[in-house]
Amino acid sequence: MSEAREPRIVGFFCSWCTYTAADLAGVSRMKYAPNIRVIRVMCSGRIDPQFVLKAFACGADGVLIGGCHPGDCHYIEGNYKCLRRFRLLTRLLRDLGIEEGRCRLEWISAAEGDKVRTVVNDMAARLRALGPLDAPGRFRDWGKDLEELEHAMAGEGPGESSRAIEPARNE
Amino acid sequence: MGLAKGSPRTGFYICHCGTNIADTVDVDAVRRHAEELPGVVVSCDYKYMCSDPGQELIIQDIKEHRLERVVVAACSPLLHEATFRGAVERGGLNPFLFHMVNIREQDAWVHEDRAQATRKARDLIRAAIRRVAYHRPLERMRVGVNPNTLIIGGGIAGINAALNLSMAGKRVYLVEREPTIGGHMAKYDKTFPTLDCAACILTPKMSAVRDSRNIVLWTYSEVEKIDGYIGNFRVQVRRKPRYVDEETCVGCMQCVDACIYKDARFPSEFELGLKKRKPVYMPFPQAVPPVVAIDPKTCLHFKTGKCKEPCKEACARDSIRFDQREVVEEIEVGQIIVATGFQTFDPARLPQYGYGEFPNVYTSLEIERLVNASGPTGGQVLLRNGQVPQSVGILHCVGSRDENTNRWCSTVCCMTALKLAHLVKEHTGATVYSFYIDMRCTGKGYEEFYDRMMREGVQFVRGRVGEVRDWEMAPEEEGKLVLRVEDTLAGFVRRIPVDLVILAVGMEPRADAEAVQRMLHISRSNDGFFLERHPKLAPVETTTDGVYLAGCCQGPKDIPSAVAQGSAAAAHVLAMISKGHIELEPNTVAVLDDCSGCKTCIPLCPYHALTLNEESKKAQVNLALCKGCGTCAAACPSGSITQNLFEDEQIDAEIEETLAHV
Ligand code: FES
Repeated sequence: MSEAREPRIVGFFCSWCTYTAADLAGVSRMKYAPNIRVIRVMCSGRIDPQFVLKAFACGADGVLIGGCHPGDCHYIEGNYKCLRRFRLLTRLLRDLGIEEGRCRLEWISAAEGDKVRTVVNDMAARLRALGPLDAPGRFRDWGKDLEELEHAMAGEGPGESSRAIEPARNE
Repeated sequence: MGLAKGSPRTGFYICHCGTNIADTVDVDAVRRHAEELPGVVVSCDYKYMCSDPGQELIIQDIKEHRLERVVVAACSPLLHEATFRGAVERGGLNPFLFHMVNIREQDAWVHEDRAQATRKARDLIRAAIRRVAYHRPLERMRVGVNPNTLIIGGGIAGINAALNLSMAGKRVYLVEREPTIGGHMAKYDKTFPTLDCAACILTPKMSAVRDSRNIVLWTYSEVEKIDGYIGNFRVQVRRKPRYVDEETCVGCMQCVDACIYKDARFPSEFELGLKKRKPVYMPFPQAVPPVVAIDPKTCLHFKTGKCKEPCKEACARDSIRFDQREVVEEIEVGQIIVATGFQTFDPARLPQYGYGEFPNVYTSLEIERLVNASGPTGGQVLLRNGQVPQSVGILHCVGSRDENTNRWCSTVCCMTALKLAHLVKEHTGATVYSFYIDMRCTGKGYEEFYDRMMREGVQFVRGRVGEVRDWEMAPEEEGKLVLRVEDTLAGFVRRIPVDLVILAVGMEPRADAEAVQRMLHISRSNDGFFLERHPKLAPVETTTDGVYLAGCCQGPKDIPSAVAQGSAAAAHVLAMISKGHIELEPNTVAVLDDCSGCKTCIPLCPYHALTLNEESKKAQVNLALCKGCGTCAAACPSGSITQNLFEDEQIDAEIEETLAHV
């Protein structure tokens, strides 16, 4: 993991707006950074914070969530649910030492192909500046630390060191 | 990690899309990469996967190789997912044991570096092949289509669509904001290029709407809220009070004559303020419905409460209802036609043309009223001082083809300007100058009309007028409006004095287009007009199923095009009604047995599809209400809700595999 590699971005795009905008960027032959891999969901409300954590745990350097503008969600208010979860998630990521800017939420409507381009380019540039996240590596180190701690405390088995987080709750 | 049920026999297909994909993605390398992946028993590439022979490949392989899953890497699933699902189904496999990878719109077309684009394609197809292993066979749910239709907007496009549907015996709710239907066309005098009178061809259609038993006409009403989806929309319509009983009023105008105001003194909306009306008024004589309306802003009863109400007394049918309240009607319809029309460009935004500053500068729409025999001047084109103009200048492209206002060509203003040149000449005998940038006369008989105008002696000057001023620099300019223009054919700047100026104003989206867009979940193009699903092949449909566009809300067009689009929208509606049902994507949710009954999901569902089963103490889904957003699945703390086609395992597999180092 020593050679500088290109940042890897996982995108979770809602089908109705941001995914359609990404298609529009294609149809308009706009060019943007090839660092992103998009996973399509029907609505940004489907995006479980666990997906984001999983993406980081699997080696993503950044995660981009794309949904319809407030008021435009095809399912009325899925994007508001997404926003609430995103706020909680941001706090959690901070606690985990994952820099701000690695996880980003953007409202991109079906007509804003250009915004897909600028956001992806901007994100790729920022992640390049931040350098690799290497969460798997970090987790490994944490696991070791924890094990040592546990040994020292003469506890029983190794705990669920990598078990991440309770899903965000909504009220 | 690892698959729950071993790797199913998977067929992988990658499309060159001619050279669209193959130019940027090394198709063969991707195919070879797929070949190595667990479960893949067929990996092949083809020039055009969506073509018949391409689909045939899949169908044959399913049979020959006993495929259990299929993955196609090609264009966007939004374009061809349905095509390939169809092929998979014809091969004898459940169509949902399939996944599509977008390597055109979101890869080949947006990247330049071939190595990078190929790498991205490999990541994406790996993810899809892992994901599809977790797919299961699904059934589409069928729901009925409500045969009633809502049409928003009663201009010529909406009227025509309504009549088409009514002819087929279908019920239509036609909702119009103004007190009468007719739209812009009702204001026009003659129509180009045939010069037949607009009222003569429009008003019979308006009456047909009134007489149709299948059309429920709600004027002075606005659609307020729309819920639901194709086949089953729920709509709220706010009906504003007109303070007159529509059922009993016959439009005899006794009340108008009796009004306490002896003279009409408030600007008439229909006549663009060129004529006055009373607080109780009929928009114009052939209004449909032929019912008066009372404007509470000017009516003495509402302003002071002290009117003697002679209108009430005069009405033999007791139709005046000062206590009328606003009502909100709730209706259910299967499909919706949007025909909300356009607004004309406001030339006050271009102060150099002096609109609002010089009284003898008019818009083309105002002149339509002036040349109209039933208009404010009885068909006379006069200056504000009552004299007949000797010379008239008509400016094309006002608020069109202009970086500073609207960039698009409004398509009809050249013809409108030519038509008005003819009518003004006919009515006044004035010398008419026409200032154009390019003459755009593209319809049937339009160019011939232009020829005719040249023969009739209209003076054509090629150039955009710089300004309209009243400074005189020569005796012949005295008391005139002077147009300063660069004559681009003659090659010098001219000053042309005229008595009357007509600004051929362009068309633009209505000011509330954004609100309508949001209400219907449709899109708008950069110019602000509503966006059709496809610029060539689906010019009437929108991105929301069951919602269609007709007329100028989709873009500037002339009357025949608006009429054609209205009929086309009606044809779409009828097709769906006669099919009788729609098939829903099976991406609904299911509650698993380990639901703990925590009720987290229940308030989250915007459609109230989730409830608590009192007996089992578990959540339950009403599939008829679930639209498949998956918000509940994301929120369930115990992971006990799954969304078909977007199950946790499927998305997890995509995440893992897309990031796997290879
Ligand atoms: S559909 Fe786009 S955010 Fe809900």
